[in-house]
Amino acid sequence: MADLAALSRPAAKAPAAHPPASVVIEADNLEVVFAGGIQALAGVSLTVQRGDFVSLIGPSGCGKTTMLRAIADLVTPSAGRLAVNGKTPGEARRDRAYGYVFQAPALFPWRTVARNITLPLELMHLPRAERAARAAEYLGLVGLAEFGRKFPWQLSGGMQQRVSIARALSFRPSLLLMDEPFGALDEITRDGLNLHLNALWRRTGMTVVFVTHSIPEAVFLSTRIVVMSARPGRVIEEIPCQLPAGRALEIRDSPEFNAVAHRVRQALRAGHSYD
Amino acid sequence: MRRRAAASALPVLAIAAGLAARALLGHAPASLFLLFVLVTLAATAGALFALAGGTSLAERLASPLLFGLLVLWAWEMLVLGLKVSPVLLPAPSAVAVAFADHYRTLAADFRLTYLHSVVIGYAIGCCLGFAVAIAIDRSPFLKRGLGPFASLMSAMPIVAVAPIMIMWFGFGWPSKAAVVVLMTFFPMLVSTTAGLAEAGAMEHELMQSYAAGYSATLIKLRLPAALPLIFTALKLNSTLALIGAVVAEFFGTPIGGMGFRIATEAARMDLGVVWATITVAALAGSISFGLIALLERAMTFWHPSFRAPAGS
Repeated sequence: MADLAALSRPAAKAPAAHPPASVVIEADNLEVVFAGGIQALAGVSLTVQRGDFVSLIGPSGCGKTTMLRAIADLVTPSAGRLAVNGKTPGEARRDRAYGYVFQAPALFPWRTVARNITLPLELMHLPRAERAARAAEYLGLVGLAEFGRKFPWQLSGGMQQRVSIARALSFRPSLLLMDEPFGALDEITRDGLNLHLNALWRRTGMTVVFVTHSIPEAVFLSTRIVVMSARPGRVIEEIPCQLPAGRALEIRDSPEFNAVAHRVRQALRAGHSYD
Repeated sequence: MRRRAAASALPVLAIAAGLAARALLGHAPASLFLLFVLVTLAATAGALFALAGGTSLAERLASPLLFGLLVLWAWEMLVLGLKVSPVLLPAPSAVAVAFADHYRTLAADFRLTYLHSVVIGYAIGCCLGFAVAIAIDRSPFLKRGLGPFASLMSAMPIVAVAPIMIMWFGFGWPSKAAVVVLMTFFPMLVSTTAGLAEAGAMEHELMQSYAAGYSATLIKLRLPAALPLIFTALKLNSTLALIGAVVAEFFGTPIGGMGFRIATEAARMDLGVVWATITVAALAGSISFGLIALLERAMTFWHPSFRAPAGS
């Protein structure tokens, strides 16, 4: 829908060729310099197609989160071009083009789980009945159907993060931005959530940009892995990753999986030798 | 079971022995009187010990109640036994008598001081402090100009302006309410301003990602997050308002009121009425504080200090 709207509107600012409808994110030579002169991103170019699951991976402080925040219009690039759904990130944000999942659940403790999920729907003035239906639908989707009336602080960390994913999905954005969503969780919970996220992505056909510093997580989830170097962040290599669609956790023991993981590890090492 | 029996029998024994000791004071032989005093103390100690393990609401309420009675009893016995002058400290029974004798006056004072100066001044002061905090938050211009001014004003001893308020608003209750407004305004302003800064950066960015505007972010995120600090100010102000109204009346009031009563009756050495008024003030203050605390519990149940234990 958003793309149809984008197509019918002439791209006023971009003199370059209008991106095809299947391109969701297009970054060209993107730079981000923070106040104080710290350069977070240097010349990052990236294209994300509709339905892609792209992971940004790199050492801590390499600007992968900054890249995600630039797409979300939470950081303003200093130079370069960035388009989301063919529009500026600001326009895309105001169109509610993306759902953002933070490192922490960021749930409001005074709202029940169900009302946390309907928060964006309230801001979009959806009728009450529709909001309740969506809450039930997305709670079911993340496997928390019976927990709608609980408060977030009555749930475990993993469950809270699933609620925050349901909240990001509830208004049906076509793009999901995830910033190390499982970084604070233990490995067993994380494995479970990875399976869950993979199933969700396949079912919804969404485009996902996923920031992580876990190689197995990136290989397991992604269709493409973007390896970034230490600060200032640049793209070292883009590694395609086409594991069979119906994947189980056991795939992580397969030779194909290990081959991709090995390539990612090599690229990360190359990035480190820069400095 | 034995603890239960002790918890219900011992307080009764303690109260009976205490009343007997009070009745015998100054009449009976010293040994009999001392026996009742010792029985009272031992029974109270035993009762408090037995009640300490209790879990029911009645048992939990009984301990502080019994302890309060013990203090009143000790006060009564000491004042009467040592023949302390009633000007220095009247016995609780004398205060009770003064309370009964002057019931109408005390009720009229309560209506004037509490229901007019305190309640109205409190409501206006808190609302104004809240409104100005929002206005300051909304406008960077006001934030820079009014913020430091407000912190300066909040450090001022506000009751000192009571004579000025009398010049402005006359001798009646409005001048006392004005002092209360000034006293409650700044804590509310400062607390609300601090409360509005409570919401985390991530929660703000979440709202930003939904393209939520200023008022939506204020209503859905920042005000709920500010509630615990707002309630801190509401509770603090309930005490400050009473102090402000009572002390402001010391500076002149023609009709009556609790502060007026305390000042004039103390000058006339009628300390029973003074203590009775202080009792009314203490009760009114505690009850209002308790009611606000209950409301706080109901509205900020989610805050870590009130949360029910986690788990389903």
